[in-house]
Order: sequence, then C-alpha cells, then structure tokens
Amino acid sequence: MVTTTAYTPLRRSRSDRMVAGVAAGIAQHVRVPPTFIRIAFLALLAAHGLGAVLYAIYWAVLKDEDTEGRVHRDFARIVPFAVLGVGVVVIMIMASGADGISLAAGWLVALVVVGAGLIWHQAEPSRVTRFGRVLTDRRPTFVLSLIGGGILVSVGVIGLATVYYPGSRGPSLSVVALSALFAVIALAGVGVVAAPALWRTATALRAEKEGRIREQERAELAAMIHDQVLHTLALIQRNSADPATVTRLARGQERSLRNWLYKPMGSASEFFGAAVEEAAAEVEDTYAIAVETVVVGDREVDERTRALVAATREALVNAARHAKVATISLYAEVEPDEISVFVRDRGAGFDMSTIDDNRHGVRGSIVGRMRRHGGRADIRSEPGEGTEVRLHLPVGPVKEVTAT
Amino acid sequence: MSDSESPAAQPRLRVFLVDDHAMFRAGVRAELGVHVDVIGEAATVPEAITAIAAERPDVVLLDVHMPDGGGRAVLDAIRRTHPAVKFLALSVSDAAEDVIGLIRAGARGYVTKTISPDELAAAIRRVAEGDAVFSPRLAGFVLDAFASRPDATVADPELDQLTNREREVLRLLARGYAYKEIAKELYISIKTVETHVSNVLRKLQMSNRYELSRWAADRRLV
Repeated sequence: MVTTTAYTPLRRSRSDRMVAGVAAGIAQHVRVPPTFIRIAFLALLAAHGLGAVLYAIYWAVLKDEDTEGRVHRDFARIVPFAVLGVGVVVIMIMASGADGISLAAGWLVALVVVGAGLIWHQAEPSRVTRFGRVLTDRRPTFVLSLIGGGILVSVGVIGLATVYYPGSRGPSLSVVALSALFAVIALAGVGVVAAPALWRTATALRAEKEGRIREQERAELAAMIHDQVLHTLALIQRNSADPATVTRLARGQERSLRNWLYKPMGSASEFFGAAVEEAAAEVEDTYAIAVETVVVGDREVDERTRALVAATREALVNAARHAKVATISLYAEVEPDEISVFVRDRGAGFDMSTIDDNRHGVRGSIVGRMRRHGGRADIRSEPGEGTEVRLHLPVGPVKEVTAT
Repeated sequence: MSDSESPAAQPRLRVFLVDDHAMFRAGVRAELGVHVDVIGEAATVPEAITAIAAERPDVVLLDVHMPDGGGRAVLDAIRRTHPAVKFLALSVSDAAEDVIGLIRAGARGYVTKTISPDELAAAIRRVAEGDAVFSPRLAGFVLDAFASRPDATVADPELDQLTNREREVLRLLARGYAYKEIAKELYISIKTVETHVSNVLRKLQMSNRYELSRWAADRRLV
C-alpha cells in the first residue's frame, strides 16, 4: 500500500475496496492497514449488529475517491472476511440464546438503515439536479410522500414491536407509546443519515434558482432588443437614402436605450426634469435634430413650471426651424428660489430689431408666456453667431423646505 | 490670445486609441489623422496596458466600457507606472457613475462619442497641456454633485465646495459654451477659464462628498 505523508481526505476507496470501500478509505485516512479496520467492523457486528449499521452510515455519508474508470474487486479476498462475519453472527446467536429474536429485529433495523443510505447515496451531486427538479416542480407531492412514508415507517415499527411482545396479551398502551418513541428515534436517525445529502440538494437547488433568474433577465433584454433595436435597424436600412430620417431614428432609439439602461426617471407629468427631457425628445423626433439636454436639480411640476416647459419647447422648436444646425444645447437648472432654462444654438441667428413683427412664436409663446407667469425671457441673437434664449422663473420654496 | 489655439506651432501629439469596437477606432483614426499622430490602438485591456507602457503616448483616448474591467482597469495599471500619460475618457455612456468614476480614477476629461472631430482634437490638445475637458453633461453632473443643499455636510470646504466663479464657468459649459465664449462672457482670459476647470477637476478627484462617492460606488468604481 502506498503511504503518503500528505493528508488524505476521508473518502471511500475504490481501488482497495471489498464491499463499498469504507474500511479501506478509513484506513487510508488514519494510516493503518485496512485489515485492522475490517476486523474492527466485524467485531462491532457482535454488538447487536452495530458494525453493519456504522458501515451503512459511513457508506451513505462519505464521497467516492476520485478515480477514473471502474475498478474490479477481488472476490477471493472477501471470502475470509465473509466467513469471519458469518462466524461472528452465529456465535452471537448461540451466546445470546433467547435474545435471538430481538437480534433479528436489530438486523431488520440495520437493513432499513442500509436501504435509506442507498436511497440518499443515489442523490450524489451528479444526479442531484434531476432530484432537485422533482423537489421543486412537485413540492406538494414530495412533502405528502414524505409524511406518508413517515407514517408508514412509524406504524410498521409500532406493529413490529407489538408483534414481538405478545406476552402482554394484545397491544397495551405503554408498549405502543414506547414503540412510538422508538419510531421517532428511528426517523431521527434516518434524518441524520440523510442530512448531508439534503444539504447537497439544497445547495444545488439554490444554484439552479439563481441560474433561472439570470435566464429570465436575459430573456427580458432579448425581448427589448428584438422589439426596439432590431425594428429601428430595419427602418434605418429601409430609409438609408434619407439622412434626416436615419438621424431621427437613431437618435430616438439611442434615447430609449439610455432611459432603459440608466435612469428609471419620474414621469413627465410629475417632475420638471422629466418634462423638460420629454419636450426635448419631442423636438428631436419632429425636426430630426440633436438636443444636448443637461438638467441639474429637480422639483415637482405645477402650473407655472408647466408654462416654463412650454416656453422651453417653443424655444427649441424655433432653434430647430430657423437656426439650420444639427445640435441645440439645452440647460435647465432648478435652484431653491429660481428655475433657469437656456436654449442655445450656434446657427444662423437673426437681427433682434426685426423680431417683434415677424416672430409671433417668440413674442407670444416665449416672452409673453413667461411674463404672464411672473418670469422673464431674454433673447440674445446676432446674425451668424447663433441664438440663446434665457428663461427665468422665480419659484417659492419646495414643500420639504417650508416644513422646517 | 493664447497659442494653444494654433496647432501648427507645436509638435504633433502622439495619441493612442483604446476601444473594443474596431469600426469606431477606424473612424476616429481617420478623423484625427489630420490633427494628431495616432501611434497605436488596442482592443482589449491587457493589450492596451502592454502597448501603452511600450509606446508612452501623450494622450490615451480611453473607452469606458470594455470586457475585463473596462477603461478603469487600464487607468489603474498605467497611472501607477507611467503617471505622465494623460487620459481622455470617451464613451457612449452618459451615466453619472461611469463619468464620475473614470474622472476619479484619474482621467483628465470626459467626452461622448458623438463629439465632432475638430472638438475631439481640441479636447486632446487641452488634455495634453494638462488642462481638463468637460462635456456639457459632465459639467451638469458636477453642478448636481456640488449643489449647496442644506443637509449636505461639508468636511473640507476647500475640496467639497465650488467657488461662485467655478460654478459660473460650469454653468456656461453646461449651456454649450466653448472656452473662448466663456472667457468673453465672463470678461476673463481663456487661461483663467482653464484654471477654473482644472480646479474643478481636482475637487472632483479629491473631494469625498457623499454624492461623488455614491455615484462612483454604484458601479463599484471606488
């Protein structure tokens, strides 16, 4: 046998096994010859089958050694141990005499434990996914069968006990109670044996659940890309001869993607910032132009701020119509006592002295509207230098501030 | 006024591109070719770190979002070994946490990929000279982060607050004004505008204001 100085984890041995490799595994772990361990198990067999029960528990709990392929065991080597085991059992039956029946009961219990171990042993990580699916998809069924199985086992044990103690002339209450107690203990024992396997199952389940959440997120993203992006790309290809339409489509798609990615913003009917961005978006869509919007601060919309948004929109429309540029800058800042909006382009500009007669939009929709709501509008423009519309609206303190 | 406006007077800048989109790299290379020397490009983080360490460009144009840690990973690796290399972040993203995160990691400016070639060339030159480059949106973020809210705790007034002048400059930047126009509007020199913006950049990188930490932490960038 190879003696390694390194620490050997407690595993079932596959290379040196006789029955399931438990003894050889323990021997490798504590570094003694495996024969000692095997004889120890056989000796414990004499204690009402304890050796067999221990062996079954070890088998259920310990993992396989990681060896590739299947190793054939040498059946000839099992013979002496088997003979020894049978000898131990025979001696025990002869020595205990009248206790033979309860010994048989002990063996029955050992068999049940081995059976349980076998079942949980099947639930190793490689097979646990399938097992986990059974658990999640049909959880009520599983719980029902668990309860049903428990009742069956209890009844069985109680019945066994009453059958084996016929001396008390029919089932007496104390015997039933005692049997019920032992049934519970037996079930707890099975639970202890099953705990590692259950733990493994729970871990696998958690991983599977996380995977499913990720999959759901991916599906949501895929749906969004399909509904919006692919659709826009198709439209762009169809309109590739018309630069204005292409720009508008690309710009609109960009905006919607940005909103989706970065800002779950308040609605335009509630917040000034969102209302300004919405107005800019409308102008972008209508006039195929880019509005570089920067909003600093925010507050709730009321009638006067709505008027400010309308004036802003009008200023943007004017710039889009007359400036003949590709980009307009829009800056809005909300301060505690005033909201300011600046709409600026570097376009054609105009002579200020001519605006009163020709530009009703400027005079009525911007200057007049601001004045009616207690604000003011300044317009600066020079031919060739571009235009800037400055809107100022004094506002009262926001609600939170008045409360202090 | 300032000779920084005349590129011909200076040696051509050596610029390195880091971006995982080949089409975008090709576009930028073609557009920038007349203004600067594009000496190399990289598509991945490890590639970029090796090539930048070997080539030592004046300015690195850095994409924010890339596999394996993104622009932030490149910044961290290079700034430890080659502090002289300057970084200009370039991204399609306008998310505050991306922008603020990159600046706090050491980039000297942030522009979006929709910037015009001339503006990009000017931004590269400005970064190479040690100044900062703020897009309107970045200026907006900074104003938002440094807003004087009544409940904001100010640990270090020197770093956690903007001066009135800096605020004015940032407002004009957010309104789409160029440095030259800001100088004219405020009756100061372009150099003074640049100084104000650089001071804001320093505060942005050093300040521990809650808003800045929060934005950066949203993407685990600090």
